[in-house]
Amino acid sequence: MSHSNSHDHAVHGHEHSHDEHANHGSLRSYLTGFVLAVILTVIPFWLVMGHVFQSHWVTITLVLLLAIVQILVHVVYFLHLDTHSEGGWNMLSFVFTIVLVVIVLGASIWVMYNENTNMMPMSPQYQHNGE
Amino acid sequence: MSSTAVDTAQSRFLCLKEQHAHNGTLLGFWIYLMSDCFIFASLFACYAVLGTSTAGGPTAADVLDLHGLAINTALLLISSVTFGFAMLEMVRKRKGAVMLWLAVSGLLAAGFVTLELREFASMIADGAGPGRSAFLSSFFTLVGTHGLHVSVGILWLIVLMVQLGKFGFNEANIRRMQCLSMFWHFLDLVWVGVFSFVYLAGVLR
Repeated sequence: MSHSNSHDHAVHGHEHSHDEHANHGSLRSYLTGFVLAVILTVIPFWLVMGHVFQSHWVTITLVLLLAIVQILVHVVYFLHLDTHSEGGWNMLSFVFTIVLVVIVLGASIWVMYNENTNMMPMSPQYQHNGE
Repeated sequence: MSSTAVDTAQSRFLCLKEQHAHNGTLLGFWIYLMSDCFIFASLFACYAVLGTSTAGGPTAADVLDLHGLAINTALLLISSVTFGFAMLEMVRKRKGAVMLWLAVSGLLAAGFVTLELREFASMIADGAGPGRSAFLSSFFTLVGTHGLHVSVGILWLIVLMVQLGKFGFNEANIRRMQCLSMFWHFLDLVWVGVFSFVYLAGVLR
């Protein structure tokens, strides 16, 4: 038992130092993340406040795409998510979450959009009563 | 790990000591954050569905202030980076620098919460409170939930600074710092969704 314990500690100690190195990132990674985040924040603000595009839907699509890119930048440079942290379980749970979030968001918007368009038109009389 | 079980002289089928995954707390906290994602995802879905249901009241373009939003976004992003600096100083075991960066991060986040509360107060004073329409209910629920998370994060930060001051960089405090660091960056990540989806895309719908 004592032999296995000491072996255990050795492994433990080694992994710990390795994790510390992997998890905290470096000054370089934080500054890279910061610069990228600033750029990816300024562009959507400029698109909306500067009225760059005539079409609102072009602007909205670009803003949402830039948000997805920025979220990935945060995950990589600030949260330091990679494929080998915690033996891959972090990445696995992250991917699982993404899948469910996409289903929840996408399906809600899709279903409720169709619900709205296909709903029986309300007569003004009923709308008045509803208020 | 499996080799140690074979190495023992007498093999047992009964585990005397429970086997914990290495760094189980960090993985567990990560899974908590992922479940928190679901809370925010459902609130985002609510806002996506209800964002245009203004019931004749003010629309997003009427009530949302993009200049204030830019300041708030900057505060939270800088706070995220200064927390990263605190983590880097922790590796170098420089306690004073860690405390300084933590204090800066906390103050920036406190500025964020203050500005957000002022925005809420002025909206409610203008008759655009959460009871006005489905749009405003979903707005206040989503943005308020995020603000509540940041406020709890500040409370946690204060408690952790006291613990660091008293006990220094022991194993428990290092683990707590790692968890709070993840929490802090995660809130900034959620805010990216909030300012893009709720504010910037919201005023155009």
